[in-house]
Amino acid sequence: MSGRISRDEAAHVARLARLRFSDDELDELAAQLSAVLDHAADVEALDVSGIEPTSHPQPLTDVTRVDEVRPSLERDEVLAQAPSVAEGQFRVPPILGEAP
Amino acid sequence: MSGTPEREGTLADGWELVVGLEVHVELSTATKLFCGCANRFGDEPNTNVCPVCLGLPGSLPVVNAAAVDFAMRLGRALGCEVRPAVFARKNYFYPDMPKDYQISQYDQPTNTDGCLELPDGDVVGIERAHIEEDTGKTTHVGGGGRIHDADHALVDYNRAGVPLVEIVSRPDIRGAEQARTYVRELRAILLAIGVSDARMEEGSMRVDANVSVRPVGSNELRTRCEIKNLSSLRSLGRAIAFEAHRHVDLWSGGERPRQETRHWDEAGGRTTPGRSKEDAEDYRYFQDPDLVPLAPSADQVAAIDAALPVLPAARRAALLAAGAGAVSASDAALLVERDQDALVRTAVAMGADPGLTATRVSNDLAVDDWSRVTPDGLAALIGLEASGQITATQAKQVLAEMVEAGDDPASIAERRGFQAMAGDDLAATVDRVIAGNPDEWQRFCSGDDTDRKKLSGFFIGQVMRSTRGRADGAAVNRLLQEKAGG
Repeated sequence: MSGRISRDEAAHVARLARLRFSDDELDELAAQLSAVLDHAADVEALDVSGIEPTSHPQPLTDVTRVDEVRPSLERDEVLAQAPSVAEGQFRVPPILGEAP
Repeated sequence: MSGTPEREGTLADGWELVVGLEVHVELSTATKLFCGCANRFGDEPNTNVCPVCLGLPGSLPVVNAAAVDFAMRLGRALGCEVRPAVFARKNYFYPDMPKDYQISQYDQPTNTDGCLELPDGDVVGIERAHIEEDTGKTTHVGGGGRIHDADHALVDYNRAGVPLVEIVSRPDIRGAEQARTYVRELRAILLAIGVSDARMEEGSMRVDANVSVRPVGSNELRTRCEIKNLSSLRSLGRAIAFEAHRHVDLWSGGERPRQETRHWDEAGGRTTPGRSKEDAEDYRYFQDPDLVPLAPSADQVAAIDAALPVLPAARRAALLAAGAGAVSASDAALLVERDQDALVRTAVAMGADPGLTATRVSNDLAVDDWSRVTPDGLAALIGLEASGQITATQAKQVLAEMVEAGDDPASIAERRGFQAMAGDDLAATVDRVIAGNPDEWQRFCSGDDTDRKKLSGFFIGQVMRSTRGRADGAAVNRLLQEKAGG
């Protein structure tokens, strides 16, 4: 229980993820997130000199595909999944503010 | 607080403009960055979409090799170092990205530390040029098109996942005009290396400007505002000028600008505030676990270097050298932009007058399809004009016919009965016109400069009429001045 994450910080992260929690839940989450960071700190404390950094569990790079067009989905099929549709497009509630 | 309306001109004494540009360029690959959907502008909405670019559960992105190649090509054309790179997720909630994140490069971009040399020799540093995917297109409906009053929004994901390179300049740009020049030069490079069609009006090239001001002589970087929504070179120049004046006014009045995103209002000629620092981005970037790193080999980079075409700056220099001082810098820039520099250089190498060739082509060959104009045809045309066998007006008409029919200039001139009049014939015609208009001639000889200019127009018109346009206007004017006694 290190308190690396305060309740306010937990609330901030929750807001970024568009999640709403009660104060009790925030306290509980702050403790859990702190424990995660404690674990990261433990790993950070290890002596890793001489060990190659690993950016991915698979020792792979440059997995690419050839630039050739493949069939897309049928639009009707795609839009059938949408709650609301207009003019061949996804219809969404008015968006406040501009794109990030 | 949207500032006073637009003002033109330079900043108040003692202030200097500091601008950095972020240019997003859509790569002209056949498919999107992470899936095989077609990368095509103007298709019916939501017809080029699949589970990957719609972010459906269980789908996995695979990198388009051509997009990486294009991005590295651009990096090398900008003198960047091409490095091992990692894709990262930029997390945000907005319906233009169905995954709720955009795949980009963050702390390990493909290209870093380059520069772009402007036609006047100034150099703008390039901080980075990274690969990312484009977002979908949202259209706000109702409320007169204003975002905040909209009734609803429509989303088209054809553009979601299209490969982009974002080119981030250092804050080295010192004026609105220089910003425009930078974008023009970047566009010329993109077209030369064939990685994008770079059309601002279609959105395949989009520019954001980071603007601040500082006292001349200082090296500080003061609070900057990021202007978005700049859809033309004209808007870019106007928005930067407006924003710079707004900053100077604030600092001069003892206030300071707020760091914020602002929007350019084309109709109002002003920038208006967008998101402010309270909502500052917190994108929680992290490495995308679905994608492995890119690790270009030295051989790969060497192959890209070897395949790069001659870039616009070198082509301008070659044309200026071929012109031996007779070709202007602005003509050289225009000819390279229109891909007509090789035509001019070859014609000049065949003996055509460099200055006249450059002028004739830049003024009178502004057409999309000039494929029928060959270097030897052009050289022959310039030869006819330079030797006075046809007039400038006639040369333009012959060139226009060469564009259409591709015939050789001598035959066209002959068919049209074009030949500049021999000097003696022209002098005789001028004498006849003078004799037929004694009052005008009297006024021409005794009048002031204004009269003379007006009446020389009259006499040239008369000579043109009696020669059916075969006379050279400049030669007639020379004869008139001589006969009137200088």
